[in-house]
Amino acid sequence: MAEFLIETIGLPSWLAWTAVAAVAAFLILNVIAGGALVFIWAERKIAARIQDRLGPTRTGGRFGWLQSLADGIKLLAKEDLMPDGADGMLFRLAPYVSFCASFCAFIALPFAFDVVGLRLNVGVFFVVAVLGLEVFGVILAGYASASKWSLFGAMREAAQVVSYEVPLGMCVVVPVMLAGSMDLVTIAEKQAGWLTNWYIFHDPFTFVIFWVYYTCAVASVNRAPFDLAEAESELVAGFHTEYSGLRWSFFFMAEYGSMFLVSALAAVLFLGGWNGPVPIASLLGWSDGSSLSAPYAVRLLGCANLMGKATAGVLVMMWIRWTLPRLRIDQVMTTCLKYCTPIAALMFAGVMLWQLFLPGGLVPGSRHQAAAVREAWLEGRGDRVPSTNVPLGVVPATSRQVVGVSQ
Amino acid sequence: MSQLLDDDQRIIEFDVRTDEMLVNMGPQHPSTHGVLRLVLRTDGEIVSEMEPHIGYLHRCAEKIGENLTARQWIPYTDRMDYLAAMNMNLGWSLAVEKLLRYEVSEKARHLRVLIAELNRIASHLVGMGAYGLDLGTFSPFLYAFREREKILDLFEEACGARLTYSYITVGGLTADLPPGWLERCEQFLDQFEPVIREYHTLLTTNAIFVKRTAGIGVLSPEMAIDYGCTGPVLRGSGVDIDLRRDGESIYTAMYDGYAFEVAVMKDGHYPRDHEYPAVPTDAVLGDCWHRFFVRMLEVVQSMDLVRQAIDRYSQCKGPLGEPLKLAEKLPAGDAYLETECPKGQMGFYLVSEGAAIPWRVRARSSSFSNLAVAPELCRGCLIADVPAVVGSLDIVMGEIDR
Repeated sequence: MAEFLIETIGLPSWLAWTAVAAVAAFLILNVIAGGALVFIWAERKIAARIQDRLGPTRTGGRFGWLQSLADGIKLLAKEDLMPDGADGMLFRLAPYVSFCASFCAFIALPFAFDVVGLRLNVGVFFVVAVLGLEVFGVILAGYASASKWSLFGAMREAAQVVSYEVPLGMCVVVPVMLAGSMDLVTIAEKQAGWLTNWYIFHDPFTFVIFWVYYTCAVASVNRAPFDLAEAESELVAGFHTEYSGLRWSFFFMAEYGSMFLVSALAAVLFLGGWNGPVPIASLLGWSDGSSLSAPYAVRLLGCANLMGKATAGVLVMMWIRWTLPRLRIDQVMTTCLKYCTPIAALMFAGVMLWQLFLPGGLVPGSRHQAAAVREAWLEGRGDRVPSTNVPLGVVPATSRQVVGVSQ
Repeated sequence: MSQLLDDDQRIIEFDVRTDEMLVNMGPQHPSTHGVLRLVLRTDGEIVSEMEPHIGYLHRCAEKIGENLTARQWIPYTDRMDYLAAMNMNLGWSLAVEKLLRYEVSEKARHLRVLIAELNRIASHLVGMGAYGLDLGTFSPFLYAFREREKILDLFEEACGARLTYSYITVGGLTADLPPGWLERCEQFLDQFEPVIREYHTLLTTNAIFVKRTAGIGVLSPEMAIDYGCTGPVLRGSGVDIDLRRDGESIYTAMYDGYAFEVAVMKDGHYPRDHEYPAVPTDAVLGDCWHRFFVRMLEVVQSMDLVRQAIDRYSQCKGPLGEPLKLAEKLPAGDAYLETECPKGQMGFYLVSEGAAIPWRVRARSSSFSNLAVAPELCRGCLIADVPAVVGSLDIVMGEIDR
C-alpha cells in the first residue's frame, strides 16, 4: 500500500507510511473495540446460559446483540466522577495506559500470513513485554484513586502479574525454541499442514506446557479464578472501584483486549496460528499458487481460523469464570511459584531433550507434505527472521515468494 | 554517635515495620450480608484485628412488641430473619402458646413442621448461594435461588406472601393449604433431590472451594459454647445440640414421632443416612467447610422431615383449628422459649401482666451470638478470608439488629 501511494500517487514517503500506519492502527483498534463489544455480549449470554437465565433479550432484536452498544452509550452519558483525594493526572492517565498496552501488543499479532500490523523479528518478545505494561495502568489507577480498596487491588495485581510473567515467559520460549525464531509469523508458518503439526502435539512436553501457558495467561489477564485485583466479594471492585463512565470502560476494553490477545497468542504459538486442523487450502491446491486470487482467499480463511481459535480460548476463560470460586492471594502465588514455574521449567528442559534426541518426532517423516514444502521454503530463503517490517495490507516481496514458490 | 542513631526513633521506625491500615468493610460492601460494617486493621493483606459494628438495621422491634398484642407482633417477627420468616413466626407463636399453655391441633402441628422445614431448606439455600458469592463464584447463587424460587411459589400459594409470611401464628396457622399443594410440594422435592449433588460438585467438593474453606476460621467447640454460638455454627464444631431433639418439651413435642438424625460429626463421621461426599483431608472440625457442610446436610435432613410431615399431615382428618383472637388476653407471668431456626437458636421472651399486650418482649438472636465470634476467627487471617468466615456464619442483619 505504501509503495502504491509513493509510486502511483506520488506522495512523499513519510506521508505514505504515516497513512499506512494510520490505516493499520484504525483497523486494529476496530478489531479490539469490535471484539470487546462482541465478547462482552457473549460473556453476558454465556453467563446467563450457565446460570439458567436468558441474559439480554431485547436490545437490538431477539438475542440482545446490541446490548454492549447500549451499555457503551450509557457509559458515555455517565457523570465523570473523580474522588476528592485523587491524584487527578494519574487518575485520568491510568485507563489509557492500560488500554494502550493492550492495544500496542496487537500490533505484532499476525492474523494471517501477511495480515499483521508490523511484522517484528522479535514478535513474541514484543507482545509479552508490551502486555506486561498493562499492569502499570492498574497500579496507577489503584494509587491515584485515593481509596484503600483500590490500593489493595493494585498491589495484588502488581504481585500477581509480575510473578506470572515468569512461567508465562518460559512457556512462550518453548515454541520459539521449536521454531528457531521469535517471529510470530514464522512460528505459525512452521505449524502449517495437518493438525499433528501444531506445536501442542509436537511432543508430550509441549502438550503440558500449553495448559501451563493457558493457566498463566488467565492469571496474567486477571480473569477468574485469578481475578484478585478486582475481587468483588473482598475489594468491592478492586483497582477500578472509583472509576465510572468512559474511563471505566477503557479498563474493561483493555481486559477484553488482553483476553483475546493471550488467546490469540496461544493459538499462534501452540495451535497452529492461522493454519486450520486440515490443510484445506493446500489440499484444494490453492496455496500452491495456481490462481492469483487464491492467496487472498487463503488469507481470509487464515484470519477466520485464528479468530476462531482465539475466540474459543476466550470462551473457555468465560466458562471458567462462571464456574470456579476465586483463589486467595497466597494460593495464587503458590500456584505460580510452586506449580507453574517448576512445571514450565521441567517441560522446557524436556522439550530441549526431545529436540536433541527425537527432532523428527517419534515416527520420522510423519510430518505432512505441506509443512515440508513450507519448511523447504523457509530454509531456502536463508533468513528465517525477516529483516523488513511489513505493515498491514502490504503484500511484501517475501510473501509473494510464498505464492510463487511452487509456480 | 552510632549509639545516638540507634536510639533515634525515626531510624528504628524506618526498619522493616510496615504501616497498619484501618479499612472499613461495609456497611455498603458487597459481601457483608446486608448492612454490617466491619472495621479491619490490616497489615498488608493480613487482618490483625476485626471489629463488627452493628445497628444499621435497628427498627425497635422489641419495643414495638410491647405496644401490640401477641398476634399483632407476628409480622414483625417476619422481618427479623427474613430468610426464614416461617421459623420466626413459629418461635414467637410457641413462646406465646407456652405462656397460654395452649396446644394446637394435631393437623396444625404437622403443617407447622412441614412449613418450618421447607423454610429451613430455603434459608440454607440462600446461605449456600451467598457463600459461593463470598468466595467469588456467582453461578451457585443463582442455582440456589432457582430452587428457592419454587419454595417461595409454594409459600405464596399457601399464604399469599413470598417473603414475610405471617403464616404460622399464635394458636395455629392463618389458613389451611390449598388443594393440590401437597402434590406440588412432593413434586418439588423429587425435582430438588438430584440437584443437591450438583451443589456438592460445584462447591462442597470443588478443589478451590475446599482450599478456600478447609482449615479457615477454625472454631473450637469450647469457644463456640463460650460465645453462645448455636445452630449450624455450633454443630459445625462438633457439638451435638439440636433443639428439635434437645429443646423444651413444648417444642420437641412438635417433632414427636419424626425420625431425623442431627447433622453433626460424631466419632469422626457425619450421619450416613444418605450419600454424602467425603470430608476432605484438609478440613478441620469447626472450620468454614464444616459449617457449610452441616448446612448442606440439614437441607437433606429437612427434605426428609418435609416428606414425613406430608405423610402425617395428609393422614390427619378434621379441621386445622382457628388461631387465637387478635387481642387474646395473656395470663400474668412470663415465658421464654428457644427454637431451632436455620441460623441457630432463636429465643423469644415475653412478660405479661394480664393484658393482651405483653409488658416486655425480648428476642434472643442467634446471628448476634454467631457474629460475636467472628473477630476471634478473623484474627491473623487474610482479607480474602474475612468474607469466607463471615459468610460461613450465615448471619442475617435483620435478626441481629431487630
